Formats: sequence, C-alpha cells, structure tokens
Amino acid sequence: MKRSRLCVLTIAASILSNPPLHKGGTVSEEAGQTLVPVVRAEATGTLTGLVKLDGPAPKGKPINMAKEPICVKAHPTPPLTEEVVAGANGTLQNAIVYISEGVPNSTFDPPSDPVVIEQKGCQFHPHVVALQSNQKLQVVNSDPTSHNIHPLPSNNREWNRSQPPGLPPLEESFAREEIAIPVKCNIHAWMRCYIAVFKHPYFSVTGATGSFSLKNLPPGNYAIAAWHEKFGTLTQKVTIAAGETKTLDFVFKPRANMSE
Amino acid sequence: MWTERSIEHEKASRARVGRLRPQAFRLPVLAILAAILPATLPSAVCFAQQTRIGNVTGSLKRGKELYRRYCVGCHGVLGNGQGENAPYLDPRPRDFTAGVFKCRSTDTGHIPTDMDLYETLGRGLHASAMPSWFPLTRQQRIDLIAYVKTFSPRFHEEKPEPVVPVPPEPPASPESLNRGLEIFKKMECAKCHGLSGRGDGPSASTLTDSKDRPIVPYDFTTGERFKCGQTNQDLYRIFMTGLDGTPMPSYLKDLKPDQAWDLVHYLRTLQMNYENSANNGAVKTSPARQPGRSIRNALRAVSGSK
Ligand SMILES: [Cu+2]
Repeated sequence: MKRSRLCVLTIAASILSNPPLHKGGTVSEEAGQTLVPVVRAEATGTLTGLVKLDGPAPKGKPINMAKEPICVKAHPTPPLTEEVVAGANGTLQNAIVYISEGVPNSTFDPPSDPVVIEQKGCQFHPHVVALQSNQKLQVVNSDPTSHNIHPLPSNNREWNRSQPPGLPPLEESFAREEIAIPVKCNIHAWMRCYIAVFKHPYFSVTGATGSFSLKNLPPGNYAIAAWHEKFGTLTQKVTIAAGETKTLDFVFKPRANMSE
Repeated sequence: MWTERSIEHEKASRARVGRLRPQAFRLPVLAILAAILPATLPSAVCFAQQTRIGNVTGSLKRGKELYRRYCVGCHGVLGNGQGENAPYLDPRPRDFTAGVFKCRSTDTGHIPTDMDLYETLGRGLHASAMPSWFPLTRQQRIDLIAYVKTFSPRFHEEKPEPVVPVPPEPPASPESLNRGLEIFKKMECAKCHGLSGRGDGPSASTLTDSKDRPIVPYDFTTGERFKCGQTNQDLYRIFMTGLDGTPMPSYLKDLKPDQAWDLVHYLRTLQMNYENSANNGAVKTSPARQPGRSIRNALRAVSGSK
C-alpha cells in the first residue's frame, strides 16, 4: 500500500517536473527514458580515480577445499582467499565506488542486461558485483558439483536455493538498496561473494588496476563513497560542473579501518 | 496501522464505530459483516494485515498479553530472540524482527502464511526448546500470531506468496524409492546429511545458520519428526521451500513434483523409526495427512536394498 502510494507520488512528481515530456496516459519507451537524467544533455560529468591501500596488503591464504575433492581437482594449486586483492602499487580490487549522497531525485529503470555470477572451481566469480535494484541477477553453476546460493541481506529478502550441476541459471533480483549483501554457499564454507544493490546507476567496481569510473553525472554536489569488504567505507565530497571530468583517489588505511 | 500505538488506542477507537478501523470491531461484528458482505470484500485492503485462521481473527491486545506471559522469556520483549533464557538455548530462539521463518508453505525468501505460523505454534519445533502450544486455545494461538507478526515490517509490506503447491502424493513403489535414491544422489543431499542420512556428511561440521552460529543437519536415522511437521506433505514442503535462516536450501527450481515425491519416499527409508511413528498417532492428524500405507509396503519390499 505504502509503496503503491509512493509510486503514484513519484509519477505525479515526474509529470509536474517534466510537463512537456509526458504525453498522454501510456508510458512509452521515450517517456521512460526522459525521466532518467543520464540522457539529459548536461549529464556528462565523469569522475575517475584509484582505490588504494596505504601500506602492505595482507596476503591471501590458500583455501582448503579438502571437503570437496571435485573442487580441489579444479585447481592446479589451491586458490587464495579474496578478502583483500591488491596490485603491486597497493591498488585495491573489488572495491565499490558510488554516489552516496546527491543523486538526483528520479527513478532509474534497471538495465535490461543481467549481472552474472558464475560458480566455478567452487568460487564465486566475480567476488564482488554491483547492480541496480530490480535488475536481473543470473547465477550460473559451471562446476560438476552442487552449490547453494544463499544471500544474507539485512534490507532485502533472504533466500537460499540449491543449484545442482547442469541446471539452467538461477534468476533473482533485489528490490532495495544494500551495500553490500554477503553471499554464502553453505555446502562449501569457504565460498563467499558480495552483491551491492543501488537504486541509481552511479557505481563502479574496481578491477585489477584499482581504478573506477563514474560516468554521465549530472552537475551537482556529491558525496562519493568507496566500500571494501575488509576495510569498510570511505567518503569524500566532490562538486561536478556540467561536462566536467575530475579525478579522485581513495586510500584505505588498514589499521584505522580494520573492524575485525 | 497495526502498530503498538494503535493497540493502545484500541479502547478509545472502539467508541468511534464510525471510523472503519479494523481494531474497532469485535468478533461478533466481524462475523456479522462476513455473513452480510460478499466473501471478497473483507480481504480487501483494509483487512490486509489482519491475522485470520478460518473465521477466527487474532487480537493484538490479547496477543500481546499472552506474548508477555509465555514467550518473552526466550524471544524477548522486542521479539528479537534475546530474552533472558536465550543464551542458554541451542538452537537460539527465533528473532521475529527479521521476519525469516523456517516452516513455511511459501517459496524461499517469502514470509510465511498465517496458517504456517499457527501450525508451527501448535506443533512446536522438534529438537529445540520451542514446545507445542497446543494447550492454549485456538483463539489464543491466533492472538499470539497476530502479535508476533508486528515485530517485523515484512508482514505489512509483503504478501505470503507464492505458496508452493503440494500435489497429491502418488503411491510409493519400489521403483519410486529407487528413483528417489537417484535424486538423493543427484541433489547431493549427502553433502550435509550423509549417505545414510545420519547428518554426518562432509560439509556437516562447517554449517552455520544465518546468524553465523553452528548448526547441525537433520539426522534422519534417529528422527521420526521433522522441524516442520511429520507427514509426507510436510517433508515435501521442507525441501521444496527450504528452511529459511538455515543452510537448508529450496529445491523448488531443481525438482519436478513427481521427483520430489520420489525423494520423499526415499527419505522415509532412512528413518529407522518411521514405521513405528506411522502407527503411534501421537499427534492428531486427519486421515488425509497420515503417512500412506503404500509407502510402508514399498519399504518392506525394498528393505535390505538401500
Ligand atoms: Cu558451493
């Protein structure tokens, strides 16, 4: 009830703020797009940068998969834990950089492409994914063994599905913003990944180089946050002018930010 | 709507019958309304959050009194499972604020129906400190369910659906048991429950619940009952819906109904006490819910072959 009322309000608000763009009762594809600021001419700001760790990164430890011989066989040498994956210059992989404050009030339709998590070698790939609320998540099992996919959200529905080998991908979605949902496979206690859910499209997960890029930013004042599963969250303020490209680095200090 | 504050004001609002607040009606009024109005009307928006089992409606006010008397010691005043006895219990009392429940007829990730909660309360949770509350009256149990639902906003925001259908059970046969064994292998139930169902599979010792506390898989060999019932329908529902909050996942997307029934039939062969429990009738069940005779015959036919 609450949600449908909210929905009506949102629609009403968007009609009021964009009166010439909304023609008639049906929401055409065109009308849907005009509500999203990313296609506005001025929404062309870009923010790029690096996420780094100040000081030596803790090394990953070999994962003991002895409880599942099939998993052991999948790796010539035991894979390393992925809590902290750092490059040579302290650049951090698997961090999520996103707008935490200042996102324009709007509804953002989720992209139609799904985000895919593959279970391979008894690990989740990638280790950290980010998607929009109600965007499709596909979970694929490429192993010759069963896994169970068990997200442990605090702001979304907790579900737990078994996925034996050879079955089609599971499709799910998350309705609400949450950064980030830990995911377990109970059968293989070492398996873990994180799913971050955003109500807007302004997020970026760092790869091997530790770099991020937020594109199509409307001009404005923003709080930009960097999240890392081990080191927590850092936030910085930034102002983006129309069409501006800025750089911003995040440096985690392991001791100050270590929660465990 | 159905908040604490509105309970406190129940008395006051009862005087203003003109305001169509659900709490303002007592049972007889509801019964009359139900008789007069078409069946679909009372289930419309304004009654959406009411707790109803059959034609009995739960009272939050009485539910709260009962909760404070019987439940608070373990589940806590806030319903968060942190009552004063909680540290001494294993498994720990349920945290109602999360709105996550093991025993459901709904798919994994969804809130249970009122009937699911009502049945759990009447049955108790086997192998835990949660007793059967059957000694309370039907009305009292429904009152309690109404109150317990107020601890989680999920019951205001979500609907208890989709319900996982349980189609009629086909007769058990030696062939069905053999197919069930193949499904047991393919679904890799033994990873946790062990090849003989003792709960001693390779992953058993590493299992944790959703609050990261150690949890053990069900041991079929010593058990006659399950956490969520003891009939074949209950068993079907357990692995098709999953036991949310625990490592036990849903197999709904993996198994067709016929395969699920084959698995039910096979799982019964792991229960050494099953044949006895089928006869002792310790808990009242309708004839339709009693384990079928066919499975016992099939069991005898394949005994020694497992
Ligand atoms: Cu796994």
